[in-house]
Amino acid sequence: MRGVSVRLGVFSAAMLAGLAWAGVSQAQTKTITIGVQCDRTGPTQIVGTALCPGVHDYINLINSQGGIDGWKINDPEIDQQYKVPLAVEAYEREKQQGALGIMIYGTPITEALNAKLEQDKIPGTSPGFGIAASADGKYYPYLFPIAATYWSQAAAGIKYAKEQLGGSLNGKKIAYIFYDNPAGHEPLPILEALQKTEGYQLRTFAVPPPGVDVSAQVLAIAQEYRPDFVIDHTFGKSPALIIKGLKQNGYPLNKVVALVWASGEADIKAAGGWNVAQGYNTMQFAGAGENYPAINQIKAMYKKEGKPPPAAMQSTVYYNRGVFQAAVWVAAIKNALKLTHGQKPTGTDIKKGFEMIHNFALGGLVPPLTITPADHEGGGWVQVFQVQGNGFKKMTPWIQAYRKLVVATAEKTAAKLAAK
Amino acid sequence: MFHRESGVFKTSYAADLALFPLPIAQMAAAVLAVFFVIIVPLTFGPYLTTILNLILIATVGALGLNILVGYTGQISIGHGAFMSVGAYTAANLITRIHAPFWLAIPAGGLMAAAVGVIVGIPSLRIKGIYLAIATLAAQFIIEWIINHVTWISGGIESSIQVPPPTVFGVKLASQQQLYLFLLFFAVLAIVATLNLMRSRIGRAFIAIRDQDIAAEIIGINIFRYKLYSFAISSFYAGVTGVLYTYYLGIANYEQFQLDVSIDYLAMIIIGGLGSVLGSVFGAIFITVLPILTRFLLTDIGGIFLSGVPIANMVSNLRLIIFGALIILFLVVEPEGLDRLWRNIRNYFRVWPFSY
Repeated sequence: MRGVSVRLGVFSAAMLAGLAWAGVSQAQTKTITIGVQCDRTGPTQIVGTALCPGVHDYINLINSQGGIDGWKINDPEIDQQYKVPLAVEAYEREKQQGALGIMIYGTPITEALNAKLEQDKIPGTSPGFGIAASADGKYYPYLFPIAATYWSQAAAGIKYAKEQLGGSLNGKKIAYIFYDNPAGHEPLPILEALQKTEGYQLRTFAVPPPGVDVSAQVLAIAQEYRPDFVIDHTFGKSPALIIKGLKQNGYPLNKVVALVWASGEADIKAAGGWNVAQGYNTMQFAGAGENYPAINQIKAMYKKEGKPPPAAMQSTVYYNRGVFQAAVWVAAIKNALKLTHGQKPTGTDIKKGFEMIHNFALGGLVPPLTITPADHEGGGWVQVFQVQGNGFKKMTPWIQAYRKLVVATAEKTAAKLAAK
Repeated sequence: MFHRESGVFKTSYAADLALFPLPIAQMAAAVLAVFFVIIVPLTFGPYLTTILNLILIATVGALGLNILVGYTGQISIGHGAFMSVGAYTAANLITRIHAPFWLAIPAGGLMAAAVGVIVGIPSLRIKGIYLAIATLAAQFIIEWIINHVTWISGGIESSIQVPPPTVFGVKLASQQQLYLFLLFFAVLAIVATLNLMRSRIGRAFIAIRDQDIAAEIIGINIFRYKLYSFAISSFYAGVTGVLYTYYLGIANYEQFQLDVSIDYLAMIIIGGLGSVLGSVFGAIFITVLPILTRFLLTDIGGIFLSGVPIANMVSNLRLIIFGALIILFLVVEPEGLDRLWRNIRNYFRVWPFSY
């Protein structure tokens, strides 16, 4: 045994030496590095395994077309398992590789990296999650939600409910079912503020982590409270259980609207398939489905290489979000290169590039995104798709809801945080 | 020979009480001090320093848990929550009354110790797996309280941003500056634990671990010392939480959930229960191994395979290798990395004349 012990000791020493060796990075000419953080093995792997391929595929597509004005994009990916220490390490690693921007993933991670982004002058994106107040670019100069924050999503949920219920919510009953963590709590101020102006009755139903049992909440909604509309803001396994539970208890699913992380194909499949989820309304910040020019181009790229398109593509909701994110980065880098006249941009240039994005649409996959130095959310656009047949049917065009209230809330919260 | 006990004669009480009686140990400590205090900050880049910083923070937490689990024989699956108690206490003090670090760190530790004592009360009546469940309950209760009481958590987002610590008027913002800050506390924790275990309190802990009835018979107040153990251990956890908060610039309870408690237990089991050096080894192992396996797979594996399709495989393979290595190390040496190190040391001590 002793011999083995000694050898193991030597082995661990060699591993430590390997760490020092691995620190060496290679810089190529005419490449711009954007670090990608993923969760392929952690609690939200349903999202990561489809979203990250979308990011890489779109960037490969751009590179195969010659890059952006001759600049190729390098997108090293690090799987951080949704863990903060690993994400911090990944951030420093990507920074060391010369990353000029970081695609962040995960709300707690966004919170942990925000101060570093500002200090290092590296822009980061947190589409559809993260700090809702970071929509305010004045206080969060290097953080870009680029998609609707939870506040915009909640406001859009109320707007959709109002339209579906005939134009008025006065006296109507709204149920808000949410995952009991900070991200789940985040929409509450908006829902409560709108309650005053719209005159609806609001009751909240918290699903405690890990969110694998929702039966009590579903029963309370379907049997006891019987709301006119349900807003579902859950993650992980809960959305599927809620769909199944409401269906079993006879609550009509077309009176349910899910915020963006309860809206994937995976949730519907886990609930028992498209049949079960008929009528379920899902909110999207990137178009769902396959019929978009960017997706077709990616398919053509795979065809040219003689490979089948990746399986992740079938999970269109998350895959398209990856494409969306990559496309916004590409647009920002393109703008940054205009600023630098083709020279290598800095992180600050790319930040300015983001703020120059104007009416960016990408053939309908992306909302008419306009990011300004004050508005890093790009307008807070979402689209509602309903489950009909074996797919999603578009119910609304890109919508913005209660924009004034959302912007004012962001400003107020950000200012309060900054005052500390 | 300078690395043997023979020939080292202690002629005063001070020499007998020295932490490192052997010349080789004193020299090693001096060399390590020069290396970590002078050479590392000057030569390590921000990336390697980041990894060291994460190790230093984990070291403090692992030491604390080892006092409870390794030395006193109690168990806690609530240490993640104790860390968040420390983190939020400090964050509130920092943002509300602009407390400096020398106030915030002990305050966070003391608050965690107070909570730890309460959670430790069941240990007086129950042991082993039952105590584990009681502390598990604490983990969830504390998480719930932080999540729902906005007075503590600073708002519904449950996160409080804190400015970096200021030492002698210098704001510690860079990784290297934070490294020295964290190193100070990690060394303090190591020395304090080494000394604690040579004191009356530490020996009482060990007596309780080895046989609590016997300990009671020889006059150790089990009630008091078990709670001491919980308090001291939670104090370390609280300090870990504060250091984490300073390091990340934010207190957020989602960074201290159940998996963190389990990670720390894994650290001390792999490092070696009841060993200071083992805690350090365990902290290094659990922090560095996921990073190393990633390098091995993406940088070396990338030579054979490349592209998007294997990204999923790499991520999952990494977890499998991580688990396999933990099993391998425990099979080869069930008493942990500390025992492995002692085996190596003992081998070279008599080398090359081992018979």
